[in-house]
Amino acid sequence: MMLTRRAMLGAALALPVAARAEQFAGRYEPRAEPIADGLWMVRGADAPIEFGNGGAIANSALIATEAGTVLFDPGVSLTHGQALAALALQVTGIPVARVYVSHLHPDHAFGAAAFDPWIVHALPATRKELERDGEGLSDAMYDLLADWMKGTNLVLPLGDVAAGDATFGGRDFRMFALSGHSGGDLALLDRRTGTLIAGDLVFHDRAPSTPHADLPSWRAALDVLEATPHKLLLPGHGPLDTDHTAITQTRDWLDWIDATLRKAVAGGLSMAEAGDIAIPGRFARLKAARYEWQRSVSHFYPGLEEELLPRLQEIRP
Amino acid sequence: MMRPTIFLAAIAALPASASAQALPADPLDSPMWQYHAERLFAGMPVSFDERVKIEMPIIAENQHAFPVAIDARALPGARRIVLFADLNPIPVALDYRPLAAEPFIATRIKLDQATPVRAAVQLEDGSWHLAGKWIDASGGGCSAPPVSRVRGDWAEHLGEIRGSGWHEGSETRLRISFRHPMDTGLVENIPAYNIDNVTVSRADGTPLARMHVFGSVAEDPAFTVIVDDPARTAFSVSARDTGGLEFSGSLAPATRPVMASLHP
Ligand SMILES: [Zn+2]
Repeated sequence: MMLTRRAMLGAALALPVAARAEQFAGRYEPRAEPIADGLWMVRGADAPIEFGNGGAIANSALIATEAGTVLFDPGVSLTHGQALAALALQVTGIPVARVYVSHLHPDHAFGAAAFDPWIVHALPATRKELERDGEGLSDAMYDLLADWMKGTNLVLPLGDVAAGDATFGGRDFRMFALSGHSGGDLALLDRRTGTLIAGDLVFHDRAPSTPHADLPSWRAALDVLEATPHKLLLPGHGPLDTDHTAITQTRDWLDWIDATLRKAVAGGLSMAEAGDIAIPGRFARLKAARYEWQRSVSHFYPGLEEELLPRLQEIRP
Repeated sequence: MMRPTIFLAAIAALPASASAQALPADPLDSPMWQYHAERLFAGMPVSFDERVKIEMPIIAENQHAFPVAIDARALPGARRIVLFADLNPIPVALDYRPLAAEPFIATRIKLDQATPVRAAVQLEDGSWHLAGKWIDASGGGCSAPPVSRVRGDWAEHLGEIRGSGWHEGSETRLRISFRHPMDTGLVENIPAYNIDNVTVSRADGTPLARMHVFGSVAEDPAFTVIVDDPARTAFSVSARDTGGLEFSGSLAPATRPVMASLHP
């Protein structure tokens, strides 16, 4: 049975108008916490992207330099990026002169719309992924966040970041070109303060998300970060890591989802049932754990079924 | 509960217009409730029933493949399960008949927009028992081309079947998946083309479960059924698509139990 056009029109008329569209008064109010010399953390909400939080769920960093403020991850939308720019000027006294986009995900990347694309830098792999997926991700964000996204055009970073040592405005950084959470994951070590800004390679007390993940590369990237001496770690989501636990926690979660997904497929569970599997108590402090687990089931299950379920012997009539 | 024969005699004696029972108010308040209920349930008694369990994720992470598991094992006499999404352009995804099988079915469907997703379970007496939830989905699950069409390799793998079996008490749980684009006909220049019938039988040919499948089932459709299997036999699976192609395969007897502690 296909629905007739008239039936669908009737349904559309009967649907209640989304009340949220009628009286939009959303405003981003990011706040900066000083965490080290000339370095501030801007905390995202430890939640899924929702209309209620305007999609402001990713952490950002502000780094003061002589040439201007470095903004690591410009937020989710035009007005979010603008709010972060205003915040940067307020706390450092000098405007944003360089924006780094850690990876393609909208909560980290789409606020680039608020900046001159020439000051927005990213890994070449990230630009490629934004070229490939940016439009689709943008549609999904407009769908979910509606008015919060107003005026947010997809801005492709025009500056390339390469791995290795870099200096900006007299401040020395080490740039890491990694992958695993996505096809291009940028991390930055601020040499002056020993702060490792890890993007979404590291989540802290918030379950990691896996829509573009490659788990073996992600683990390899965590090895690199772990082997990099640092005092503080600023994760892509969740609170500042001051005691070297966030990398271990992220790896623990990735190992658990990998093993559990395989067990579920090999053990005969359907995808919907796998989504309801009990999450071990040691992950109780991770926010959005059930939500991210179910997302990961969706990301990996069909591929694992193809890998783990045998082909049937064909019956020839 | 009325015995089926008596019940059928009773409705046969009534004029058609009077036989229709008043529909209960829809707890999901769907704009399409009346429309679908009148067509699907054809005047038989309808109730919303907690014994029908429908298991789905909190959100539609992938609107092209949204997992649903329906379990009506708590309802004695369940003989048919219809899975439908009110606001999908192809609302019914699956019409399942467990012949010598439990009233349990799991699959993945496409969602075209936010919609109620429902399980309707019919008992021997003709009555329908429902459960469902609103699922928030971003658009385009039915109107985007399948991945294998975009990649262009759909024909290479067409009809490949994968699967396995697991003991579940005296029964066997079978998971079966087919490679098939499951074209909805709603994508420009790609006519509707989908698997429309699946039958699971014992190796000796005794049919255990049958389903009618529609274009709103996800690409590379996957199904989980639980069939009677006291003698631990081998199985065969056969499917037909709307192009008249037939796919079939055989499954060895199950040798291992299903994963324990589904629920904490
Ligand atoms: Zn991310």
